Amino acid sequence: MTKVTFVGTDGSETVLDVPPGTSFMQVAVSAGLAGIVAECGGAAMCATCHVYIDPADSDKLAPISTIENEMLAATASERRANSRLSCQLQGHPDLSSIRVHLPETQV
Amino acid sequence: MDQRIVIVGASQAGLQTAVTLRQRGHAGQITMIGSEPHTPYQRPPLSKAFLTSMAAPESLALRLPDFYRENRIELIRGETVDRIDTGRSVIMTVSGREFAYERLALTVGAMPRRLDVPGHDVRGVLYLRDIGDALLMRELLPKAADVVVVGGGFIGLEAAAVCAKAGKRVTVVEASSRLLGRTVGSTMSRFFLDAHRKRGVSFRFETGVAEIAQDRGTVAGVRLTDGSLLPAEIVIVGIGAIPRTELAAQAGLGTAAGGILVDRFATTSDAHIVAAGDCAMGPHPMAPERLIRLESVQNATDQAKVAAATLLGGHEPYAGVPWFWSDQGDIKLQIAGITTNSDEFEVSGSFDSEQLTVSHFSGGVLTGVECVNRPSDYMRARRALGEALQGRALAVRQPAALETAPAS
Repeated sequence: MTKVTFVGTDGSETVLDVPPGTSFMQVAVSAGLAGIVAECGGAAMCATCHVYIDPADSDKLAPISTIENEMLAATASERRANSRLSCQLQGHPDLSSIRVHLPETQV
Repeated sequence: MDQRIVIVGASQAGLQTAVTLRQRGHAGQITMIGSEPHTPYQRPPLSKAFLTSMAAPESLALRLPDFYRENRIELIRGETVDRIDTGRSVIMTVSGREFAYERLALTVGAMPRRLDVPGHDVRGVLYLRDIGDALLMRELLPKAADVVVVGGGFIGLEAAAVCAKAGKRVTVVEASSRLLGRTVGSTMSRFFLDAHRKRGVSFRFETGVAEIAQDRGTVAGVRLTDGSLLPAEIVIVGIGAIPRTELAAQAGLGTAAGGILVDRFATTSDAHIVAAGDCAMGPHPMAPERLIRLESVQNATDQAKVAAATLLGGHEPYAGVPWFWSDQGDIKLQIAGITTNSDEFEVSGSFDSEQLTVSHFSGGVLTGVECVNRPSDYMRARRALGEALQGRALAVRQPAALETAPAS
């Protein structure tokens, strides 16, 4: 399990356990976390599951694919160097915990 | 804000209706009734990677079971609604249960058009529209050598790509002369033919299915109308979907062959009843000259949000830009806007690179794009179409049938 802390724009924190191979987005949406929209259900098609990786955790993740990179160019909130699509981030046995910040808006 | 709302159809649109009701502060009872034994789940993966993955069916669930309890959404599973009594404001299920409503949402979806030939009900003929079919396909696929796909639409081509990648001999049988004929322009049709052929898929155009050949109760092949026989252990049928209108029609609501008629607020001809998603047909600001019905996740969610607002007394016209995607193996198709009514198009990219954008115009104005492996083109166009749509949502006409329908 990977412990993912979602930090809202108001500073509120939601901690969710993400099983290996499951995406952060899927766990967030299933739990009804309002800050992740994920219109396409996780196909890297809509850029509405945008998160900012906490700077302290920036080296913990697999690199960005070409498709994710292009989709990130179209997020509703500003893209930053630490922007990712949470549908492309998965729980992993080697990743015990990570903090991600939610953007102002997803659509 | 405390009315008793019943949602018929535990679907993507049904769930979104319930979610939006709660997000907007509805405090009253919400009951959602579905005929399947599952909690609402994603259907798009059923014809794609799910077929060869090890993922559990629960991974398709749109929300965890706890979500329904925490949000006080009463989820009734395995109950099929038989009729609506608009006079008493009650719905009745096939098993005899009754549910009273003050407001009702119909999110009943569409059913796959069935193959109507001898042998159509043999084990191994699959439609891939529900979890059961997808799980049966997972079971049959490892032992199959040949797969026949009936219908060169999205579901068929997505499944064909999965089967070809798994090393099966795949033949797609299409009644018309081109692929995806109802949904994309001719350039994209040619691209997909080319791309699937490169990946080993065979095609038979302008021919139909005469019979499913069987061997001891399971599929053995497909006899075509030209008399030829294609061997197959699995037959995947994707020949379109029919909106579920019977319930609405029986209740006296305005319907057409194309769906349950709704206005731009997703209201049916009964002011207490809304409809949204695959089952609903109504006006859209991007197609002002006709009524449209869209089968997509985007439409299910966007129209459901409109419907939920209407249920709470709001008036927020449907103005979402249609968008759609299809994963066909490693090819990602993304469509934004409406591309089937254009009078002009422009192509950039190439077949060889498998990166291609077709932009469609009507009267010189961009109406939509079809993009293959070009997500940035797609997102740029989607945004531009959304901006162009602002303010136009209120200008669309109501369906004439709704203006004359009697109040019930």
